[in-house]
Amino acid sequence: WGPLRAGIAGSLRRLYHGDKVGSIGSRPDCSSPVYQESYENMKALVTDLKEKAETIRMGGGGKARTLHESRGKLLPRERIDRLLDPGSAFLEFSQLAGYQLYGNEDVPAGGIITGIGRISGIECIIVANDATVKGGTYFPITVKKHLRAQEIAMQNHLPCVYLVDSGGANLPRQADVFPDRDHFGRIFYNQARMSSKGISQIAVVMGSCTAGGAYVPALADESIIVKKQGTIFLGGPPLVKAATGEEVSAEELGGADLHCRKSGVTDHYALDDHHALHLARKVVRDLNYKKKLDVTIEKPEEPLFPADELYGIVGTNLKKNFDVREVIARIVDGSKFDEFKALYGDTLVTGFSRIFGYPVGIIGNNGVLFSESAKKAAHFIQLCCQRNIPLLFLQNITGFMVGREYEAGGIAKDGAKMVTAVACANVPKITVVIGGSYGAGNYGMCGKAYSPRFLYMWPNARISVMGGEQAATVLATIAKDRKAREGKTFSEMEEAALKEPIIKRFEEEGNPYYASARLWDDGIIDPADTRLVVALSLSAALNAPTEKTQFGVFRM
Amino acid sequence: TILRYSSQAGKCIDKVLIANRGEIACRVMRTAKKMGVQSVAVYSEADRNSMHVSLADEAYLIGPAASQQSYLAMDKILQVARRSGAQAIHPGYGFLSENTEFAELCKKDGIIFIGPPSSAIRDMGIKSTSKAIMSAAGVPIIEGYHGDDQSDQHLKEQAQRIGYPVMIKAVRGGGGKGMRIARSEEEFFEQLESARREAKKSFNDDVMLIEKFVDNPRHVEVQVFGDQHGNAVYLFERDCSVQRRHQKIIEEAPGPGISPEVRKKLGEAAVRAAKAVHYVGAGTVEFIMDPQQNFYFMEMNTRLQVEHPVTEMITGTDLVEWQLRVAAGEKIPLNQDEINLQGHAFEARIYAEDPDNNFMPGAGPLLHLSTPPADPFTRIETGVKQGDEVSVHYDPMIAKLVVWAEDRQAALRKLKYSLHQYNIVGLSTNIDFLLSLSDHPAFEAGDVHTNFIPQHHNELFPPKQETSGEMLCQAALGLILKEKVLSNEFNLQSGELYTPFTSNSGRRMNLLYTRNLTLLDCEKKVEMRINYNHDESFEMHIQDKVWKVSGELFNEGDVTYLKCSVDGTVCKSKLVILDGTIHLFSMERSAQLGIPTPKFLSGVSTTVSQGGAVAPMTGTIEKVFVKVGDKVKAGDPLMVMIAMKMEHTIRAPKSGTIKKIYFLEGTQANRHAPLVELEEEEAESE
Repeated sequence: WGPLRAGIAGSLRRLYHGDKVGSIGSRPDCSSPVYQESYENMKALVTDLKEKAETIRMGGGGKARTLHESRGKLLPRERIDRLLDPGSAFLEFSQLAGYQLYGNEDVPAGGIITGIGRISGIECIIVANDATVKGGTYFPITVKKHLRAQEIAMQNHLPCVYLVDSGGANLPRQADVFPDRDHFGRIFYNQARMSSKGISQIAVVMGSCTAGGAYVPALADESIIVKKQGTIFLGGPPLVKAATGEEVSAEELGGADLHCRKSGVTDHYALDDHHALHLARKVVRDLNYKKKLDVTIEKPEEPLFPADELYGIVGTNLKKNFDVREVIARIVDGSKFDEFKALYGDTLVTGFSRIFGYPVGIIGNNGVLFSESAKKAAHFIQLCCQRNIPLLFLQNITGFMVGREYEAGGIAKDGAKMVTAVACANVPKITVVIGGSYGAGNYGMCGKAYSPRFLYMWPNARISVMGGEQAATVLATIAKDRKAREGKTFSEMEEAALKEPIIKRFEEEGNPYYASARLWDDGIIDPADTRLVVALSLSAALNAPTEKTQFGVFRM
Repeated sequence: TILRYSSQAGKCIDKVLIANRGEIACRVMRTAKKMGVQSVAVYSEADRNSMHVSLADEAYLIGPAASQQSYLAMDKILQVARRSGAQAIHPGYGFLSENTEFAELCKKDGIIFIGPPSSAIRDMGIKSTSKAIMSAAGVPIIEGYHGDDQSDQHLKEQAQRIGYPVMIKAVRGGGGKGMRIARSEEEFFEQLESARREAKKSFNDDVMLIEKFVDNPRHVEVQVFGDQHGNAVYLFERDCSVQRRHQKIIEEAPGPGISPEVRKKLGEAAVRAAKAVHYVGAGTVEFIMDPQQNFYFMEMNTRLQVEHPVTEMITGTDLVEWQLRVAAGEKIPLNQDEINLQGHAFEARIYAEDPDNNFMPGAGPLLHLSTPPADPFTRIETGVKQGDEVSVHYDPMIAKLVVWAEDRQAALRKLKYSLHQYNIVGLSTNIDFLLSLSDHPAFEAGDVHTNFIPQHHNELFPPKQETSGEMLCQAALGLILKEKVLSNEFNLQSGELYTPFTSNSGRRMNLLYTRNLTLLDCEKKVEMRINYNHDESFEMHIQDKVWKVSGELFNEGDVTYLKCSVDGTVCKSKLVILDGTIHLFSMERSAQLGIPTPKFLSGVSTTVSQGGAVAPMTGTIEKVFVKVGDKVKAGDPLMVMIAMKMEHTIRAPKSGTIKKIYFLEGTQANRHAPLVELEEEEAESE
C-alpha cells in the first residue's frame, strides 16, 4: 500500500534533490542523571494518568455495570467501539471531567463520554451517556462536557451522534444545571442551530430520555430507538400519575413501538443495542458527506526521534529549561521544521512543519516573551492565516517580560499585537500546554479564552495567573508593607506562614487534574501521544472550511 | 479441398473440433495449439464464459445447458464441424466418446472421429462379447456363469469350474443387494439361498449369475495405443484402486509394488487385447488384480481416459498428440522398446463434493480458487477459474492435479505439498479428504485396493477437531488487517489518503483499546478479547490464555497471504474472507471460522434469508408443496429440489406463515438463494 500512495494528486512531495531539508533535534544524553531523573519523574506522572484513566474506564463500577449488562445493554464504551469503524481511533475528550469535583460523589468522566471517531468513514462527534454513573443524570460538569462536545462539533463541522441513556437533569443540583445560558437548555439550542447549519444531528435512544432529554431525539435530524429499552417522554409515569392520575407503563408511554408507529418521534426501530448502532452507521453513511480538505497534504513521515524521549527532555521541574525545538523534533513529520525568523526574538520559536501530512505553523516558547518575540508571533500568525495553515501552540510560558525598560519599550502594546493576532486568527488553533501557563503568556499563547479548537495539557503542566511562589511573594510584600506602615514588624516566621497556604493552593489549583476536572482543557495527554492527538485534532478541524481572517487594529 | 475431407490415407488435420467441455477440452486444445492445429469449441448456454470457449480459436453455441441438447446432440456437433471446416472431431471422454453411432456418423460425413473404429467400440461396449474376444486372444478373464439353467446343482457345478471363492450375484441386482460370496463349496448353497431371498424381496427376480470373486482386488489398467497400420504398444499400467462411489479419486503410474515381470505380462496382455479388436488410437485395458498379482480382464475403455496424464508423465509422451497423428494416418511415434518408464506420477481429482456426506456431488460458485504454481512436473488440468461456476448440469470435477518425481515417495510428498496449495472457497471439495488419503500410512506403503476407503474409514474421516488458539489468533489478525485494507481503500477513494484515524489502529486516549470479537468454530462461539498495542501488535485472549500476535498481509498475484507471528512463531497462510467466513490455508492445515451474523441481519422482519429455507445447492425445483398463506411447522417439507441427480427436500427452518414463494416448479435456484419468505409466528410477540 505504501508505494501506491506516491504520486497521487494531493500528496505531492515537491521535494527535488536540492530541496532536501535538514532535520532538527538532537540525541539526548540518556546516561546523564538529570535526563534519567526527568524521565522517571515524567514516566511516573504518565503511569499515574493511565491508572486514573483505567479507573474512569470502568464508569460506575462493578455493580452498576453488571446491572446495566443484565438488561441486555452494552456498556457505553462498548457502544462507541461498535459504532466506530473497526480500527478507528477515538479521540476522547476530558476523561478527567468531574475528577474530585463533587467531594464524596464520584462522577467518572463526568458521567458522559465524548470524542471524535470515524463512522462509515466520516469523522463524527460522539456523545454517549454513561447510565452506570448516577443513572446517566446530568451534573453541572456533565452539561458542560456535553456542551463542549457540541462546541467542538460546531467549530469543526462534525456530525453529532448522541447515544442517549440518561435520567435527565440531576434534580438536587437543578440550580446549577437548568437556568443559565450554558446549562441544559443550551444542548437543544445547539442541536437546532447545528442542524440549521447542515451539521447532522443523530440520536440513538438506548435508554431513558425524560423531560428535557426527550428533545435530544426530537430535535435530531434522524433518530433511532431500541425496542423495550429506549423510552422518550416529557413526563415519566410518576409525573403523569401525579398530574392526571393516569396509570401507564414507561413502555406504553414512550417506548419504541409508540414512537416508531404512532408518534413519529423516532424514525428507526432497533431490536437491540447492536442493531441500533448498525442503523446509526447506516444513517451516517447516508449523509452524503464529504470532507473537503483545503490544505495541501504530504506523505506522513515518522519523526526521527522516539517520542518517549520527551519525558527525559522536559521532565517535571518547570524551572528547568529545555529547547522547545527538541519537543518539535519529536512531534513533526521527519523532524523537519522550517524555522521562521530564527535569529529574531529567539525566546519564541516559530516555523512550518507537517504533522501526519497536514501543514502546521508552530509557535513554541523558549523563555519569557519580549517585544521582539511578540511581534514575531504576530507576523507569523498573519502568515499562517494568509496561507490557511493551522496553528499549533506549544505553551510553556511564565509571561511577558516585566520591568521599567520593557514597559517603556512598549511591551504591553507588542503583547497586544500578539494577543490580537491570536484572538482574530480563524485558522484552526490547537494548544498543548507542555509546561507552565502563566499570566498574559497564557493569552498570547492561545489559552482557553482564545477559543483554540482543541486544548490539551501534559501531566506536568501548571496553569495559573502566576506561579504560586510569585503570588505568595507578592502577597507577602503587600502584607509586609502594610505592617511597616503600621509600624509593625513582619517576621520571617509570619512570612512563611502566610506564604505556605498560598503556594499550596496555587499548586493545587494549577494542577492539570484540577483544570481538567473543570474542563479548562480537552484532556490530559501522555506527552508521547502528542503527535497523534494533534494529528487527530487537525484532521477533525479540517472538516470545517476556514473563514478568511480579518485582524483587528494592531497598536503600532 | 475435397480431398482433405476424405478419411483416406494422406489425410491432414489442420483444424479439429473438440466435442467436449471442461478440462479435457482445454487439454486437447493445448496440444492442438502446440502442433499448430486450429481448435473449434462447441458450447452450451451454461458454458458461454467457460475456459474452453476462450481457449479455442473458434467457438459455436450448440444449445441449452442440458447435455442431451448440447454436448450429446450429434447432429448439431456435426453441423458445426461442417460449418467450421474441421477435419476431425476429438470427443474427449464421456459424452460421445464411446458412442458407435456418432463414430459412424462422422465416418459417413467424411470427418475423422479421433478414436477407435466403431466396431471396436461396439465390441468392447458389450461385456459378454468383450470377454469372449479377450478369452479367445489369451487374455486372462474373470470366469463366470450367466446361463439360464438356474438349478442349484448346475450353479454349484459352475462355481466349482470357476474356482472358489465365487460371487453369487442377482442379474437384476445393484447396490450390493442380492449379492453373496461363497468362499468354499460347503457354504455355497447357504449363500445362494440367502442371495435369492434378498433378490426376490428387492427386485422380485432371483436369477443369479456366478463370477470369480477376487478378494481385496486392485484396479490396474494398461494404457495401449494402436494405429491404422496394425501396430499396438502399451505405455505401462496405472493403479486406480482407491475409489469412492465406484469412481476413481486418485491414480498413479506405475502401479506400486508391481514387479517388472508382471508389468511386462500386463502390457503384453493389453496389447493382445487391443490387437484382437484391431484397435486404433488411445485405449485402456482394465484389469482387476488379486493380492498375488494375478490379473483378470475387466473391460476396455475405448477413449482417452481422465487419468491419462500420469502415463504421459512417466513416459514423456503427449497422448493427445499421438491421437491426432495416428488419426491422420501416421504410425505410432514410438516402438515398444523406445517407450521407457521413468519416475512416478500421481493424479488427484479435485471434485465439488462433500466427503463427509457420502461424497455427495456439489455445485456452485468458485468464489476463491488458487492453485499451486504449475511447472513441468506439476500439472493443473482444469477448465475453470476463480469466479466460474461448477454447474449442476455436468461432471462436478474441478481439476486434476498431476505431479511427477523420481520415485513414489518423492512424488507423494510433492502431491501433498501441492494439495495444500490448492484452495477453494465457495463450495465443498474433497481436497482435505485427498490430503488425509495421501497422508495415510497404508497409502504411503502402496497398500491400495478398491476397498481402501471403507477399510480405513475411521482414520480418513477423523472427528472434527476444535480450531487451535493459534489458528484463531491468525484468523482474528487476518480479519483486523483486512479491515485496515478496506479502510485504506475507502480513504483512497475518498481522496483522503492519510488519515490518523485509520492508520493508528484503534487508538484510545490514555487507554489500550480492547476489542471483543466473537468467531464461530463450526457451531461453537469463541469469545476473544483483543488488546491493540501501540506497536501494531495485538494481545489476544481466549479464556485464560494469551497470545502475542502481529503480522501483515501481502499479495502474490491475486492471492492474499497472511504472514503472522503468534508468540514468535511465524507462519504463512492464504487468507480468504468471503460471505462472513474467514478461510485460512497453510501447509499445516486449513481452518474456516465464521463471523457471526448479528441477529438483526438474520431477523425476519427486514430480510428474506431465514437461515435454512434456502437452496442447499444449485438445482431445479421439482415440486412445491406449499402456497402463500399456508401455515407450516418447523421441519415441514416445503419443496423438492433436484440437484446433481439427487432429490433434496427443503424443509421449513421454523414455524410460521408462508409470505412469498420465490421459485415455481421447474425453475432453477442458485445455491443459497432464498426459496420462500416465511413470517415467523412469534415475530411480534417474541
